[in-house]
Amino acid sequence: MLAHWGYQNGSGAYFITIDTDKCNGCGKCKEVCPQVVFDVGEDPADPLREEPVAYVSEEHRKKLRFTCSPCKKYLTAEGGSAVSRTPPEVLAQEMKNLPCVAACSAEAITHSW
Amino acid sequence: MATNKTEDKKELWRWVESRWTNPDIDWKKGEIISAGIDVGSVSTQCVVMVDGELYCYSNLRSGSGSADSSWRGANFALEGTGMKVDDWHSCVGTGYGRVNVPMSKKAITEIACHGRGANWMYGPQVKTILDMGGQDCKVIHVDEKGKVTNFAMNDKCAAGAGRGMEVFADFVGVNINEVGDRSFNINEEPKPVSSTCVIFAKSEAAGLLREGWPVNKVLAAYTSATAHRVWELMERVGVLPELGITGGIAKNRGVVERLEKELGKKFQPKKWNNPEYEKKDIPFDTQIAGALGAALFAKALVEKERGK
Repeated sequence: MLAHWGYQNGSGAYFITIDTDKCNGCGKCKEVCPQVVFDVGEDPADPLREEPVAYVSEEHRKKLRFTCSPCKKYLTAEGGSAVSRTPPEVLAQEMKNLPCVAACSAEAITHSW
Repeated sequence: MATNKTEDKKELWRWVESRWTNPDIDWKKGEIISAGIDVGSVSTQCVVMVDGELYCYSNLRSGSGSADSSWRGANFALEGTGMKVDDWHSCVGTGYGRVNVPMSKKAITEIACHGRGANWMYGPQVKTILDMGGQDCKVIHVDEKGKVTNFAMNDKCAAGAGRGMEVFADFVGVNINEVGDRSFNINEEPKPVSSTCVIFAKSEAAGLLREGWPVNKVLAAYTSATAHRVWELMERVGVLPELGITGGIAKNRGVVERLEKELGKKFQPKKWNNPEYEKKDIPFDTQIAGALGAALFAKALVEKERGK
């Protein structure tokens, strides 16, 4: 299952997607995340699943844009202003280097921004 | 001497609460009585199933307390059936207030419950479910068994959801049940209002009314803005045929038909998967999907316990 945690509003879409078929509930994402965005436990969207799974905690779901910003240096230029346009290939590489994405050996985590 | 006069203003947003019992089932003979209670931000539903068949349900407006709403929902559903809450073998709570449902054994998120419930209602051909609730909307992909395979939810802002529609109906002075029909009673389709935020949309509508727009045209502009907002979420998750729609807004054809136009696809007709139910003319209430899914999970829990 693809669980899209987050939201979209006028400023953009801010989703962390967890592929629960790949996730084995190891909890590495939770360990490496400086903001502790993740939680590991019973799958909120599939109560019949036996294995624990990672999900974005309720506390952070509605403010991911801000919670995740410390890790997303690629979105801010030097001096703090927003980057006007990041080339897609750079963006794709930077997203792979995010602590949570890099820590996941199952490659279950993706970010939408 | 002047006396204070009070005025009874009709509350147009107040949609009708309802309940239903299946007269063909004798619950006392049932082996598994399972219940689901969906305490939403706007409405509360209670569904009781006997051996996996729909026995009774209620649909009413939520109060300020989840526990109180659960009890009212349960009592309303059981009215005249002779059944008591103690007769239930299992109960699952879902929705916004799910952790405060006193009679429930377990709380399950509305994502899982809506997937299950809508799958049971519409049938296995439905792969994409749009639930338009009181304060959020969700797009859920399910497999043929009702297991969730993909979902996104927008609960950050209630814009364009049920509560917004209530507020808007009250503001323009139109009964909420008539919003859909009246929004089509127009000469030409207006542009959507630029904001689905109820507060902004209200002030925008006030401006349009002042400019001399007829009320119906304003309704068209608001419902199409609502449709567009949901469309954006559906685009993110993707749209797999067939489509099913649940929740209160599903009853508003102003939103539903505009959304169908934007998607270029039709939603499944609001008909039971089970032909028997159609024959018996059981009312198909799109609002009960969550509670129905919860009741199905409750049944699964009993079966697991009894080691079946």
